[in-house]
Amino acid sequence: MQTSTLDYRKVRQEKIIKALGNKDTSVQFDDSLENAMVLNMGPQHPATHGVLRLLLKLDGETVIQCIPELGYLHRGYEKLAENCSYHEYIPHTDRLDYLSPLLNNTAYVLAVEKLLGIEAPRRTQFIRTIISELARISSHCLAMGALAMDIGALTVFLWTFREREKLYDIFENLTGARFTTSYTRIGGVAQDLTPEVKKMMEDFINQFPEKLFECEKLLNTNRIFVERMDGVGVITREKAISLGMTGPNLRAVGIEHDIRRVEPYLLYNEFDFEVPTFEGGDCLARYYVRLNEMKQSILILQQALEKIPQGPIHAFDTKKVLPRKERIYTKMEEMIHDFMLINIGAVPPIGEVYHAVEGSKGELGFYIQSRGEGQPWRLKIRSPSFCNLQSLPTLIHNSMLSDVVAIIGSIDPVMGEADK
Amino acid sequence: MNQVVVDLLKKTFPDSIIEVKEFRNETTIIVKKENIVKISEFLRDNPKCQFNYLSDLCGADAYTPENRFEVIYNLLSIPLKHRIRIKIFTDETNPNVPTVSNVWEAANWCEREAYDMFGIIFDGHNDLRRMFMPEDFEYYPLRKNFPLMGIPNSLPLPDTNPKK
Amino acid sequence: MGLEHSFGDSIITSKIDSAINWCRKNSIWPMPMGISCCGVELMAVGAPRFDISRFGSEVMRFSPRQCDLLIVAGTTTYKMAPVVRKIYDQMPDPKWVIAMGACTSSGGMYRTYSVVQGIDQFLPVDVYLAGCPPRPDNLLQALMVIQDKIQKGESKGSPMTVADERKILELQNSQI
Repeated sequence: MQTSTLDYRKVRQEKIIKALGNKDTSVQFDDSLENAMVLNMGPQHPATHGVLRLLLKLDGETVIQCIPELGYLHRGYEKLAENCSYHEYIPHTDRLDYLSPLLNNTAYVLAVEKLLGIEAPRRTQFIRTIISELARISSHCLAMGALAMDIGALTVFLWTFREREKLYDIFENLTGARFTTSYTRIGGVAQDLTPEVKKMMEDFINQFPEKLFECEKLLNTNRIFVERMDGVGVITREKAISLGMTGPNLRAVGIEHDIRRVEPYLLYNEFDFEVPTFEGGDCLARYYVRLNEMKQSILILQQALEKIPQGPIHAFDTKKVLPRKERIYTKMEEMIHDFMLINIGAVPPIGEVYHAVEGSKGELGFYIQSRGEGQPWRLKIRSPSFCNLQSLPTLIHNSMLSDVVAIIGSIDPVMGEADK
Repeated sequence: MNQVVVDLLKKTFPDSIIEVKEFRNETTIIVKKENIVKISEFLRDNPKCQFNYLSDLCGADAYTPENRFEVIYNLLSIPLKHRIRIKIFTDETNPNVPTVSNVWEAANWCEREAYDMFGIIFDGHNDLRRMFMPEDFEYYPLRKNFPLMGIPNSLPLPDTNPKK
Repeated sequence: MGLEHSFGDSIITSKIDSAINWCRKNSIWPMPMGISCCGVELMAVGAPRFDISRFGSEVMRFSPRQCDLLIVAGTTTYKMAPVVRKIYDQMPDPKWVIAMGACTSSGGMYRTYSVVQGIDQFLPVDVYLAGCPPRPDNLLQALMVIQDKIQKGESKGSPMTVADERKILELQNSQI
């Protein structure tokens, strides 16, 4: 056991050192104090937003080269999907981007419904839009709080957590769990939106803008915050598109690309909202994009809660949608359908589909290949944090060591999603 | 069906296209793997296509005796707002595919992930290392003949004696 | 401590013991190992609603040399296991471990090739918490259980190895 542990570390280090070394650092130093140093910002670090390992090659305080190493949270999601039916996989999607689990549920269920060729009723689409926007607010709150905490402003972190606790109360009342909700189902949602929960949501929406303004007052004109973020981690438009950056990071470079506008899903083409875009491509622009997205989410929520109609919340397709519990206990066909759906799963036709939604970190896509069975043949999760982290070496190049923390915070990666 | 793009491709690369499929309003074009770099550059640069954004690059295991592995490219055009999917097949005995990381830099890590999970080797990639599994892992996890619960003792646990 | 060795088991050391244990239990400084989703509930425990500092854990130090409680929150993969073990080894005696959540107790919902099925395969654990993720109140109850254990002096404070425990269990089973 002892020798094999040493061997695997040696193999890994050799390959990483080769990757670190063979870039264009052609400077030669004679003085031993002037040599470049390799620093390991290890997987366990307060500011790396999860288990991300960064190997930094430093020349004094300036970062010449950066190699991110992922895989410390690789849980085998894609292999699990090949062994679960489409219904059984819904709880796993909660744990992908664990800051906005309701959004992941919605994204997965929309992809499966596209594959199956069914559509959920109108009230369900309203409910799904509402919970997506609430999940987006929750995720951006934490992103803002964690970024401020990394810069040094601890108060904002505690204030945004207070807001998130109110959101958790709403989610608990609606779905039964604080987070990891597994709320959506194929063809509908699990429970209906009661008037009590609607009142809680309206109360939250009414008081949130002023709380957000309190946090803004602390940060926007704060000289330390602005100077640590302005001009730090700049990226150009062409590089951002080529590297596959997505979400608020892409909108901070000046490209107005939002899947809610470009390929509207759910009911986004019926609501009136703007897509905040900023020029600049630096950390401050990314922060402003997230801030304004929260305000636009509040607008969407206000419109949705006004217009939500009454009606059924499950699609009526007996071979693909789980039937209601009352009917299972009393009617024969529903019992048989329930049995078949739980054991074999909803069976789609042979084919493949790729469906993307605008997650809180960017474009969250599911690519599902089906061979006519109850389990997918291949399920690939296109996670936005994976693609955003790929641009980290470009963003960090030639910045100081203390800027690394600000840059990671402004990209806002979530390792549960990036490592799958 | 993205007829404009399909016709352009058929005109420019007549002998590379194997099949065109459509399902749920999405177009999938199966091409030969040798010409993938030229096809990618054409799709990125041609003014009627302008697929400048690589959404996703993944591998898949079809588990057939010939043409076992697939590599799937999901492309999006930001200016023209349309999507398309390109697919290539490769063999188990010769799992080499030309890399497109010079066309879209986003392909860099995605190809590393496909190598890690399936063992598909991308020729011309500047840094083909494993992405998620530790560097000395000997198997390719997402292949269909690899069990879900893993192979016992393929990954070492740390030493449990307290360090003195 | 030197006093206990020189005096042995007498009334003086038991009084000193309880005094020292009382001090220890009311000032546990946790080392947060927030790896994945349970880490968000760990952050919520530090937030104003479920305040952990009223239990004495005023600061969550991120340096293992300054902590006594390791809260492993999140799925531990085989790649991450040596890192967790290294952090555990760096903590000074006496130290305690909470396995937070289903993933650390037994692998959780991930029965796959890369997830360690329970961190007790390489770490001695004091309290296992069920839940996916456990509520913050649940974590506070686990903290109170550890405080009880410290007061009674029955914790696994010294780093006995997992291999030793297994040998003892086998001996006991063979003698029955």
